Amino acid sequence: MRIRMSSVLNQAFMIAFSFVMIYPVIWWVGASLKKTEELRLPTIWPEVPMWENYTEGWSFSANYTFGHFFANTLLMEAGNVIGGVLTAAVVAFGFARLSFPLRGFWFSLMMMTLMLPGQVTIVPQYILYNTFGFVDSYVPLVLPHFFGGGAFFIFLLVQFIRGIPKDLDEAAKIDGASVYGIFGRIIFPLIKPALVTVAIFTFIWSWDDFFSQMLYLSSVDKFTVGLALRMFIDQFEVQWGQLLAMSLLSIVPSVLIFFFAQRHFVEGIATTGLKG
Amino acid sequence: MNAPTADDMRALSKEKWKSLFGKEAIPGYVFISPWLIGFLLLTAWPIGQSLYLSFNEYSMLSAPRWIGTANYERMWNDATFWKSLRVTFTFVLFAVPLRLAFSLLVAMLLNRAVRGMNLYRTLIYFPSLIGGSVAVAALWRNMFGVDGYINSILGFFGIRGMGWISHPDTALYTLILLNTWQFGSTMVIFLAGLKQIPSELYEAASVDGAGPIRKFFHVTLPMLSPVMFFNLVLTIINSFQMFTAAFIVTKGGPVQSTYMYALFLYEKAFKHYQMGYASALAWVLLAIVAVLTAINFLASKYWVFYENEGGGKR
Repeated sequence: MRIRMSSVLNQAFMIAFSFVMIYPVIWWVGASLKKTEELRLPTIWPEVPMWENYTEGWSFSANYTFGHFFANTLLMEAGNVIGGVLTAAVVAFGFARLSFPLRGFWFSLMMMTLMLPGQVTIVPQYILYNTFGFVDSYVPLVLPHFFGGGAFFIFLLVQFIRGIPKDLDEAAKIDGASVYGIFGRIIFPLIKPALVTVAIFTFIWSWDDFFSQMLYLSSVDKFTVGLALRMFIDQFEVQWGQLLAMSLLSIVPSVLIFFFAQRHFVEGIATTGLKG
Repeated sequence: MNAPTADDMRALSKEKWKSLFGKEAIPGYVFISPWLIGFLLLTAWPIGQSLYLSFNEYSMLSAPRWIGTANYERMWNDATFWKSLRVTFTFVLFAVPLRLAFSLLVAMLLNRAVRGMNLYRTLIYFPSLIGGSVAVAALWRNMFGVDGYINSILGFFGIRGMGWISHPDTALYTLILLNTWQFGSTMVIFLAGLKQIPSELYEAASVDGAGPIRKFFHVTLPMLSPVMFFNLVLTIINSFQMFTAAFIVTKGGPVQSTYMYALFLYEKAFKHYQMGYASALAWVLLAIVAVLTAINFLASKYWVFYENEGGGKR
């Protein structure tokens, strides 16, 4: 009886806690259909749903619809994800399986870049991209992902590859495979689950990387969803209902990916990330 | 014995080269080259360049002009610099402990065998998923505005609401709250750490008659201390760089009460095009973060517990 009582309390507590955490999001869904006067209320559903918030918000800008901004962002994301997944796998294999001079040195240097505040490099990077005429293009946003996709992902994959038995490499070596063959035929197929994690995180983090997008993209034609939302917020008289509707749409891609790959998400990092 | 021929010599030096550098030296560098090139081009060179620029006046229109330490002296007398530093330290001081404590608490809640845990985990993680995006900043700005629903709820309890975001005394705390609400990445790392604590330790503690509180302080915390250390270091570093929320929700205001250091630096560099001054600001930030991280590493000797040291191996 005691046990049942405590499990009921447990459930009640978890439900209440989840509800408090998720409430702003639920409210957000309802608010995207509200009239401006109703937005001050904590109630969820509006009296009369304003579907116009979506249709009018979608084409709030005179020359472009949100479809255009979504297409821009997805184009950028395609480059980021492909670049990140491919190069992170290659670099991680090098660090995890090959012994070469200064390996430890480069690896600790890479781990240190995890702690480096981005502000220290941003000004010279901007000047560099500007010199080559890449400002106001997607190059400064996509290119860094082709350089190993970031220290965090390389580290994640190194840990994952270290967990794969070396016998497999040895067997392939006896069969005459080169290191490139071992990577392409053995390691790369085996780390696919971890690569999915890399792809998901790359997608979601690039989607949210407002700072770089704002820094490098200046013409509205090239704007991402995040920049379009900022433009919306900075209007003289903000139509909050429409803004909240479009903001809500802007998180849909990340949410979809989250639900399709949920197991990889919370569990994935737990098993790949920190297992020594 | 014949004298060694040239071929022998060549073979020998090849052997020697191999034994010195290993036969994987070339493929090794081939594999890490994407990272290495990126590192040299987009990290190492910019760091040096940034240090150089910090002693120059540079607007991107004309060549950099050497002005010695003038940028740093200017900073010393710049009231805005001190203001943004104070704002940032206040933010870090509140946001870091709150976020760590909250993440750990939630991770412990989620690390239990309760029916439906997967659903709860998803719901609780959800706000972090939408991350530091502009969308969330917009939501926050509306919720905590004068006409936001937070005030309506407070009104229900008889508390008179206010413009949380438009008042200089409270604006920063709404950002701290936002930062705490999005605890996901920190929490996930705690959760991974908790999962690795062997259950035998808890069982042994139970046998010894330890209650939940003793177990927390004598098993969970020591076992989790490496993860705690990792989270502490990274959360501090990230908090010093907080940008998007301050930029979208409050724009640094009101009366610069949320004028975070990263925002100040951004405006100096890309609004006023004072690249030299901005670089000096970046190096001061790097120095602050480096000193705090070093202190963290030194202090870790006294509280971070690594299993291997005790000779125990799992």
